[in-house]
Amino acid sequence: MYEQTKTAHHGPAKGLMRWILTTNHKDIGTMYLVFSLMMFFIGGTMAFVIRAELFQPGLQLVRPEFFNQMTTMHGLIMVFGAVMPAFVGLANWQVPLMIGAPDMALPRLNNWSFWILPFAFLMLLSTLFMDGGAPNFGWTFYAPLSTTYAPPSVTFFIFAIHMMGISSIMGAINIIVTIFNMRTSGMDLMQMPMFVWTWLITAFLLIAVMPVLAAVVTMMLMDIHFGTSFFNAAGGGDPVLFQHVFWFFAHPEVYIMVLPAFGVVSQIIPAFSRKPLFGYASMVYATASIAILSFVVWAHHMFTVGLPLGGELFFMYSTMLIAIPTGVKVFNWISTMFKGSMTFETPMLFAIAFIVLFTIGGLSGLMLAIAPADFQYQDTYFVVAHFHYVLVPGSVFGIFAAVYYWLPKWCGNMYKESMGKLHFWLSIIGVNLTFFPMHFVGLAGMPRRIPDYALQFADFNMVTSIGAFLFGATQLLFVYNVIHTVRSGKKAPQKPWEGAEGLEWTVPSPAPYHTFTTPPAASEK
Amino acid sequence: MRYFLRFVLIYLIVYSSNVLAAWDFNMPIGVTNTSQDIYGLHMTIFYICVAIAVVVFGVMFWSIFHHRKSKGAQAAQFHGNVLVEIIWTIIPLVILVAMAIPATNTLIDMYDSTESDIDIQITGYQWKWHYKYIGEDISFFSILTTPQEEIDNKVRKNPNYLLEVDNALVLPINKKIRFLFTSNDVIHAWWVPDLAIKKDAIPGFINESWTRINKVGTYRGQCAELCGMHHGFMPVVVQAVTESEYEAWLQNQKTAKLAETASAQKQWSMDELMTTGAVVYEKNCAACHQANGLGIPPVFPALNGSAIVQGDAAEHIDIVVNGRQGTAMAAWDTQLSAVEIAAVITYERNSWDNKTGDIVTPADIQAVIDNK
Repeated sequence: MYEQTKTAHHGPAKGLMRWILTTNHKDIGTMYLVFSLMMFFIGGTMAFVIRAELFQPGLQLVRPEFFNQMTTMHGLIMVFGAVMPAFVGLANWQVPLMIGAPDMALPRLNNWSFWILPFAFLMLLSTLFMDGGAPNFGWTFYAPLSTTYAPPSVTFFIFAIHMMGISSIMGAINIIVTIFNMRTSGMDLMQMPMFVWTWLITAFLLIAVMPVLAAVVTMMLMDIHFGTSFFNAAGGGDPVLFQHVFWFFAHPEVYIMVLPAFGVVSQIIPAFSRKPLFGYASMVYATASIAILSFVVWAHHMFTVGLPLGGELFFMYSTMLIAIPTGVKVFNWISTMFKGSMTFETPMLFAIAFIVLFTIGGLSGLMLAIAPADFQYQDTYFVVAHFHYVLVPGSVFGIFAAVYYWLPKWCGNMYKESMGKLHFWLSIIGVNLTFFPMHFVGLAGMPRRIPDYALQFADFNMVTSIGAFLFGATQLLFVYNVIHTVRSGKKAPQKPWEGAEGLEWTVPSPAPYHTFTTPPAASEK
Repeated sequence: MRYFLRFVLIYLIVYSSNVLAAWDFNMPIGVTNTSQDIYGLHMTIFYICVAIAVVVFGVMFWSIFHHRKSKGAQAAQFHGNVLVEIIWTIIPLVILVAMAIPATNTLIDMYDSTESDIDIQITGYQWKWHYKYIGEDISFFSILTTPQEEIDNKVRKNPNYLLEVDNALVLPINKKIRFLFTSNDVIHAWWVPDLAIKKDAIPGFINESWTRINKVGTYRGQCAELCGMHHGFMPVVVQAVTESEYEAWLQNQKTAKLAETASAQKQWSMDELMTTGAVVYEKNCAACHQANGLGIPPVFPALNGSAIVQGDAAEHIDIVVNGRQGTAMAAWDTQLSAVEIAAVITYERNSWDNKTGDIVTPADIQAVIDNK
C-alpha cells in the first residue's frame, strides 16, 4: 500500500512557473489534456462554420476560399491539436501510474515536448490573419495545390508541422523508454495493462512515421523556396510521389489516433463487466498486427490516381486483411461483456458506444477497401462519414470514456453521473444525426470539400448540420461537468469503480504529486 | 425532451419517405456494365456488413440486457478460448476471400482499355474541363453556366443547379470510349457516378479509363479532387446520344469551327471586342480576378488600377498569352482563341477605373503567338 506521508513535503511549486517549469508527469498530462480541449473547441468552431455554410444550398456565410481554409484548419487542428495531444496527455497521466513508475523516464524532454505545441498551433492559427489567408488545400495538402498554387502562409504551416512532429517524436521516445525501463519489478510485458500496450505500439508508429511527414513537408519547402521539383512534373518531379509519401505517414497516423482508444476501451469494458478481459494475448497480437499492416496499405487512399492493376490488387487485399485483427478486437470486447455483471456508468456507456460506432466505421472501411467500388466512394461524403465514424465516436468517445473513468483519480472528486449520462445521450444522438446522413449524400454523388452543392443533397445536409450543432453544443456540458468536478465535486474514494483493476487504483484519490517513489509489487494489480 | 424526440421522429419519418421515393440515398446503378458490376459489389459488401453487424451487435445487446448487475448477474471468470478465437479469425478470412474474387474480376475488366472506338483527352483546368476528340480536330472547354445570382441566393435555383455546363461532352452509346486524363495545373478528378468513372487528372501524367454507355441520356458529375477555390464549381456533363446523332453533332462542330476561323480575319470594332470580352472575362477570369476586377490579393492580383493593365499593352498581352511561371496565372493561348484573348484584354483595359482607350486586335495577339 502506498504511503502518502513520505513525499508530502515535496509538493508542486506555486503560481505560473509551476506549469512552465514542471517536469511532473501529472502536471504535463493535465496541460496536454487542457490544451487538447481548447483545440477541440477551436477545431469545432471551424466545423460549425462549415456546417452553417452547408446548411442550405447556395453561398450564404463565407466565400469558397475561406471555406477551404476552414476545412483544412479543422482537419489539421482536430488531428494534430485535439486527438493526438489528448492521448499523449492520457499517457502522461496513466502510463507511470499503471506500471508503477514514479514519473516518465525523461521528464525534461516531457516538458519540452508539451511546450512546443502551443507555439506550433499559435503559428498555425496565425495564418488565418495573413495576406492570402490560411492553408486552403485540405489537411492532406496534395501538391501542387499546396506548393505552386498555395497561399504564402504555407511556409508557416510547414514550420508548424515540423514543430508538432518534433513534439510527437519526443513524446513517443519518452513513452517507449518509460515502458521498457520503469515497469515495477515483476511486471512482464505480457502483464502490462492494455492501455500501456496500445500506447507502446502507438509510440513505435509515431517514431516510424513522423519523420516521413517531416520529409514530405521539407520537400514542399524546397519546391516552394529553393527551386527544386520534387512534386512538379514540369521540372521532372511527380505529384503522385507526394501522395505516396504523405499516405505512408498518414495511414499509420490513423492508427496512432485510434490504438490508444482501443487501450482505453480494453480497460473500461472489463472494469464495468466485472470480468477479466477476454483474450488478452490475442488483443496484444491483434494490435501489433494492425500496426504492422498499417505500413502496407497506404495506397488504398489513392485507388483513383492511376495505380497499375497489380498495385491496385495488392493494396485492396492488404487493406481487407486489416479487418481480421480489428474483428478479433471487437469480438474480444463483446466476449468480455458476455456473461459479465455489467453496470452502465458514463465511462462504460462511452466505451460501448465506441464499440458499436467504431465497428460501423470499420465496416464502411471494409466497403472502401473494395477497389472497384472505391472508384465511386473516393473523395465523396461517404469517405467523410467513414473517417468521422472512426474518429469522433471512435477516438473522441475513447477520450471521453477515459476522462470520466480516471477523472476521480486525477482530481479526487467524483463527476456528476446524471450530467455525464446526459452528455453521453446527447452526444450519441448528435454524432449519428451528423455523420450517418453523410453516407447517403456521399453515395448519391456529393464530393467532399465543396462549399455549395446540388439541390438533391439539400435535405440530408440540413439534417447533418442540425446534428452537428447539437453535438457541438453538447460538449459544453462536458466542460461544465469537468470544471464542476475539479472545483467542487463530491470526494471520490480511492477506487471508485467496483470492478476496476490496476496499480492506479492503489494510490489515494487524488493521486499525490509524487507516486510510487518506491516500486509497488506488480501482484497488487 | 419528449417533444424534441417526437419532433425528430416525425421529421425523420416524413423525410425518409420523401427520400426513399427519390433516387438519391444510394449509389446509382448507372448506365454501363461496369457501373452495374460496381453497384452489385457495393450492395453485396453492404449486405455482408449488415449481416456482420446484426450478429455482433445482437450478441452484444443480448449480453447488455441479460448480463447486467441490476438483474443479479454473476460475472463468469473465463478469459480466453482458443477454439473460438481461431473460428472468429477464419470466418472473416473466408468472407474476405469470397469478396475479393468478384472485386478482382471487375477491376481487371475496368483496366482493360484496349481496342477503343473513340479516344477522348480530358484535361483539368482551374476550374473547368477541356475535351479533345482525338483524330477529329474537335476540342472545347466545358464551363459551369449556373448564374452567380443563383449561387448568391438572389434568384431561385434551377433543378440542375451547379451541375450544368455550356458545352457537354457528347458521346455515342454502345461504343467503347477511351478517356485519357491529364491536367494543366493542379490535380483534379473527373467523376460521373452513372458511368462509374472517377479518375485523377494529374499534371504531367496521363491516366486511362474507358466506358461503353448503354443508354441515351444526360449524366452529371463533378470534380472530386480538391483543386482550389472553385473546386465545387466545375461540373461534368456527359450527353449520351445515338450514333447517328453523334455523327451529325461532329459535322456541326466542324462547320462551327470554320465559321470561327473566318471571324478572326474580320475587322473588330471596340464595341464588339468589349461585348465579347465581357463574356470571356466572366467565364475565364472572374473566378480569380473577380467580376469587379479587384482580385483576391496577394494570390490573385487586382486588375482594376493595375500598373500592367493600365501600362504598356505588350506586357499585358505577354502575361495573358504566356501566363506567369510559379503562379496560378495560366498561359491562355492554349485555352482561348486570338479573338477571345484580344477581346478580353481590350475589356480589361477599358473597364472599371481602367480607361486606356486601347483596342487590342486579334491580329496583335496572333503576332505574339506566332513569334513564340
